[in-house]
Amino acid sequence: MSAIIETKELRFAYPADEGGDPVFALRGVDLEIEKGSFVVVLGHNGSGKSTLAKTFNAVLLPAGGKVYVEGMDTLDEKLLLAIRQRVGMVFQNPDNQIVANVVEEDVAFAPENLGVPTEEIRRRVDDALKAVGMYDFVTHAPHLLSGGQKQRIAIAGVIAMEPECIVLDEATAMLDPVGRREVLSTVHRLNKEKGITVILITHHMNEAEEADRVVVMDDGKVAMDGTPKEVFTRIDELRSMGLTTPDTVDLLDRLQKDGWHVPLDALTVEECADAIAAAAKN
Amino acid sequence: MEPILQIKNLTHTYGVGTPFQRSAVEDMSFDVYEGEFLGIIGHTGSGKSTLIQHLNGLLKPTAGQVLLGGRDIWADPKKIRDVRFRVGLVFQYPEYQLFEETVYKDIAFGPTNQGKTGDELDRCVREAARLVGIRDDQLDKSPFELSGGQKRRVALAGVLAMEPEVLVLDEPTAGLDPAGRENLMANIRDYHRNKHKTIILVSHSMDEIAQNVDRILVLKSAHVLMSGAPAEVFARAEELLTAGLDVPQVTRIAMTLKARGLDIDPAVYTVEALEKQLQALRKDGAVC
Repeated sequence: MSAIIETKELRFAYPADEGGDPVFALRGVDLEIEKGSFVVVLGHNGSGKSTLAKTFNAVLLPAGGKVYVEGMDTLDEKLLLAIRQRVGMVFQNPDNQIVANVVEEDVAFAPENLGVPTEEIRRRVDDALKAVGMYDFVTHAPHLLSGGQKQRIAIAGVIAMEPECIVLDEATAMLDPVGRREVLSTVHRLNKEKGITVILITHHMNEAEEADRVVVMDDGKVAMDGTPKEVFTRIDELRSMGLTTPDTVDLLDRLQKDGWHVPLDALTVEECADAIAAAAKN
Repeated sequence: MEPILQIKNLTHTYGVGTPFQRSAVEDMSFDVYEGEFLGIIGHTGSGKSTLIQHLNGLLKPTAGQVLLGGRDIWADPKKIRDVRFRVGLVFQYPEYQLFEETVYKDIAFGPTNQGKTGDELDRCVREAARLVGIRDDQLDKSPFELSGGQKRRVALAGVLAMEPEVLVLDEPTAGLDPAGRENLMANIRDYHRNKHKTIILVSHSMDEIAQNVDRILVLKSAHVLMSGAPAEVFARAEELLTAGLDVPQVTRIAMTLKARGLDIDPAVYTVEALEKQLQALRKDGAVC
């Protein structure tokens, strides 16, 4: 598989207050995101995870090092449009990303700006709304929808550009559990059915359970990188970075210390219960 | 224990006489006791926000009453301002409401409006700041120089400085990372322990509710679905799930273990409690 996004010694600093030193948010990040993969980026507030996400489609540009999107350098201004067509972003606040008064017009906003022919826009809007399960709301007013529904409209707006990759920057942080599940199952489906690469920035550990890969950011660097099972069993390291482990791993860890023969890496509720039940019956 | 707040047959209907007429709260009754830590949970649209805006008179009931200390808060509408000092409401994302030049002035806004001055005002501000972990040297800073989590603490301090009898928190930890969530909840628990004031915590997070409150009120489509201690509520986990609510991950593990034939009481919500149950099973020789 080839990489859709590649960062090389990526550095980024926010401008300093008067007389102060610039604040480095990224201090040398080397990452390769495989095409078609589902990657979760975790990290506490201030770890650099959102800054990293914003470099993926040139919302922020590297202060040092490089970001390549399908081989295109994000520092090359001429490539900006092509890069943003390939990598779309969904942000945290659903109310800040809706621009139109009717759902279908909102979803059509990006393809219209890209100069896509009218019939093609119609097709893309319908397809995008079906893909996020919001086709029934095509003529609704966005402000009357729930938070989860608004985020799905925002995702549809990104999909209508037919991107290779979607980056969700804490897109579930403001949603209730139902809204969170709606958005997550939508992006998982898009990943599986359309092969769209998904990069999910979050601090909800349980959103990472089903990812192909988990990247943990700390102090502007990649601190851990592996499958969910590999990452979440490194309990002490996670805690020292201000992150928690899923309760499943926490319970298994305690039971292990009590002398139970259980694995640590049974992440989901089902796996965990199975592991404990198996140990209990032996 | 005496009830400090009594909600009696409260109904609130939006858009009366329009095609959009809808009751967000319908014939709701419950008491909140002095010194109690009450959690309110319910998914979007269940009526949580409408309900809590009645507790300090931001919304007026369409029908029914809210009694504070035994008195209808709307008995004398001119005195509703006093109610707002006695019931402090911290909204979602309160950091967007900061506006003053310094952290100190922002925290002092509420108590100043209460008529506090001089040493008393200073004591209230400093004490509130200390309760939420804002250092003295941060008081002279602009609130906009602080991090998101710190801004939220300042906003919370602004309400605590009014020394309300009842503190209502709407999703206080939304958008914070795990360490930030735990720090803020620890501050709130300390405040409750030291001041013995009533706290009402509204949250989407079952885990957060389970680990902090004495009693949980579960709302569903404008009504109270359940009310009880965390263990009582989570004993009805199946009902919660059908109501579109989460149950803590630990409760789900316990439910699944029970379904796998282990003798486990699924009404648990902490890792420690489930560990204890499993260890007890092992000691009994039932397993391993």
